Amino acid sequence: MKKGLLLLFAGILTCQLAVAQGKTIPSVDLKTLEGQAENTNNIRNDGSPMIISFWATWCKPCINELNAINDMYEDMVEETGVRLVAISIDDSRTVSKVAPFINGQDWEFDVFLDTNGDLKRAMNVNFVPHTFLINGDREVISQHTSYAPGDEIKLFEMVKKAAKGEPAHD
Amino acid sequence: MTVFSYSAFSQNPNTFNISGNFQFDAQYYLEDSLIGAPVVPEKILSNGFGNLNFNYGNFNAGLRYESYLNPLLGFDPRYKGSGITYRFASYTVNDLEVTIGNFYDQFGSGMIFRSYEERTLGIDNAMDGIRLKYKPTSGVILKGFIGEQRSYFEKGPGIVRGFDGEISLSEAIKSLAEAKTRVTIGAGVISKYQKDENPIYVYPENVLSYSPRISIYRGRYNFNAEYGYKYNDPSLVNSTFEYPQGIYKPGQALYLDGTYTKRGVGITLASKFIDNMDFRSDRNATGNNLTLGYLPALTKQQTYRLATLYPYATQTNGEVGFQGDVFYKFKKGSALGGKRGTGISLNYSNAFSIDKTPVDNEDGYTAKFYGIGDEKYFEEVNVEVTKKMSKKLKMIFTYIYTVYNKDVVQGLSGFGTIYSHIGVAEGQYKIDNNNSIRFEFQHLYTEQDMQSWAMALVEYTISPHWFFAVFDEYNYGNDEVKKRIHYPNVSTGYTKGANRIALSYGKQREGLLCVGGVCRNVPASNGFSISVTSSF
Repeated sequence: MKKGLLLLFAGILTCQLAVAQGKTIPSVDLKTLEGQAENTNNIRNDGSPMIISFWATWCKPCINELNAINDMYEDMVEETGVRLVAISIDDSRTVSKVAPFINGQDWEFDVFLDTNGDLKRAMNVNFVPHTFLINGDREVISQHTSYAPGDEIKLFEMVKKAAKGEPAHD
Repeated sequence: MTVFSYSAFSQNPNTFNISGNFQFDAQYYLEDSLIGAPVVPEKILSNGFGNLNFNYGNFNAGLRYESYLNPLLGFDPRYKGSGITYRFASYTVNDLEVTIGNFYDQFGSGMIFRSYEERTLGIDNAMDGIRLKYKPTSGVILKGFIGEQRSYFEKGPGIVRGFDGEISLSEAIKSLAEAKTRVTIGAGVISKYQKDENPIYVYPENVLSYSPRISIYRGRYNFNAEYGYKYNDPSLVNSTFEYPQGIYKPGQALYLDGTYTKRGVGITLASKFIDNMDFRSDRNATGNNLTLGYLPALTKQQTYRLATLYPYATQTNGEVGFQGDVFYKFKKGSALGGKRGTGISLNYSNAFSIDKTPVDNEDGYTAKFYGIGDEKYFEEVNVEVTKKMSKKLKMIFTYIYTVYNKDVVQGLSGFGTIYSHIGVAEGQYKIDNNNSIRFEFQHLYTEQDMQSWAMALVEYTISPHWFFAVFDEYNYGNDEVKKRIHYPNVSTGYTKGANRIALSYGKQREGLLCVGGVCRNVPASNGFSISVTSSF
């Protein structure tokens, strides 16, 4: 009996220490543009990579980055199956402008609302823009803050690597 | 026996994660009496913080260390010192989430309760206590908490209790699951307790406020309404000359907004009425300290430097205002769209005093619900046109007309109302896949206050690591010749992944400093500054 318990304990310990795997996306409640609650656990892409990008309607570099990705989005999806999820940190001052703004921009990807910064805090974002590359196992494999025109091309290259299961870093 | 360890192995998919972030801002202040820069005896001031987050399955814990040695100019001096200012532990089991320690949260739009952080503004009214969040069934969220509130390195004197319930009808009620109209209703209640230690006046020790809300979504339309009511809450903020102890009148607020969205078009209309709704956990607190309710300005959030000279701030003791926005994209190939499409955004906002009638008792006054008073506080028109001129060049043209009652908005006297016109031309030119250049020319025309300003900025970025920028603001039109000052500034930065370092040198004018979209009020300064940010 004692030996069994010891093996059990060893087994649990082994798998706990076993792998310092990548960080998963924290479980946080967000809102959809239709005002419904959505937990990040339900934001998935069936084993394909994802891009999570934090932005706000008042953040010009964020809008430039998302516009640049939007221009290549069709190609990116076709080639890698990637899913872009844009998280707006607009608080109650500007959140009502998010949906009209997006429609004025013609964006083709999903947007969720993080009005009190809960996901922003859980993912350790200091300021926007802040973009994460997530692999098929929903682990963060790379992150990048600030935006310079041309960054989206490097992001596309990293997404291609992530889709093949290769490591990708900035 | 080996069977035990095998099953243990396959039943445990959790991993232990550690993550965190860090930010440090320091400034070396030079003396500059010409721009009115205050003398800084320490020469160097800095703000820094670091967060650590631990996660294991449904269990989370974290803490934050902050250090202000001494706080940067523009931050409340009570931030002086260092220490662990935030620590929490939480776990989720069977749809119940329990948090002990510090937490942030919001009821609805935050009208009676919003606990949040805006580190670069020095805002942090975190709660410290216990919070429970329960989802009994799909579409229903119940929240309850009890706690004290953060005030710099201490806690405020009040105890805050709150409860909020929200139901998304189409998710909670099966028969409505396929309904075209989606309705969410919610209501929050906050009760704060603060001991009455005043020997002269009798203060209510328990103050209750409540706020029901509704959101309706149907196809292209969305409508939101939120009402707030606060029982008698005499405080320093609502005190008057006749009633220096504060007034006993209850407070109320109503916020309404409607939006219409379609591919290529977005329209919003919003209105708010506020009557004595400043709500804090300490009746003697002012400014950004110990606030419970969040009443944001119903005006456009500006980021262009000259457009931040006259920023509106909500008059929580009473105001009524309206705002409208239109976002439109003219299609490629159309007459106004041009070869590559043109985007236009229009914004209008205003704010007025409310219709008050003084009364001869501790209530102070009565106000007509949604009555518009005689005094205009603010009015603004924004027109922004974005056009891709060529494959490499994108231009944004902006015009802003502002009517700004500086005395009321900034709590001063003698400045009157300022009428200003601002024109901005911004261009983004992509040299190649790695190099691009951005420039801004801004001009503000006004006959009041400091008269006219001009501003120019050039920013060169090399993807993905570098940026260089130089800008100057010049108060060329000032009636006082010696105040026609230049405020030049040069900066550079390096980014690698989630690490970023930026250095800058130059003069900063007094006013709202917006960096990366977050703005805070700063006095004039001259010197070097460094900013380091990291996340892992």
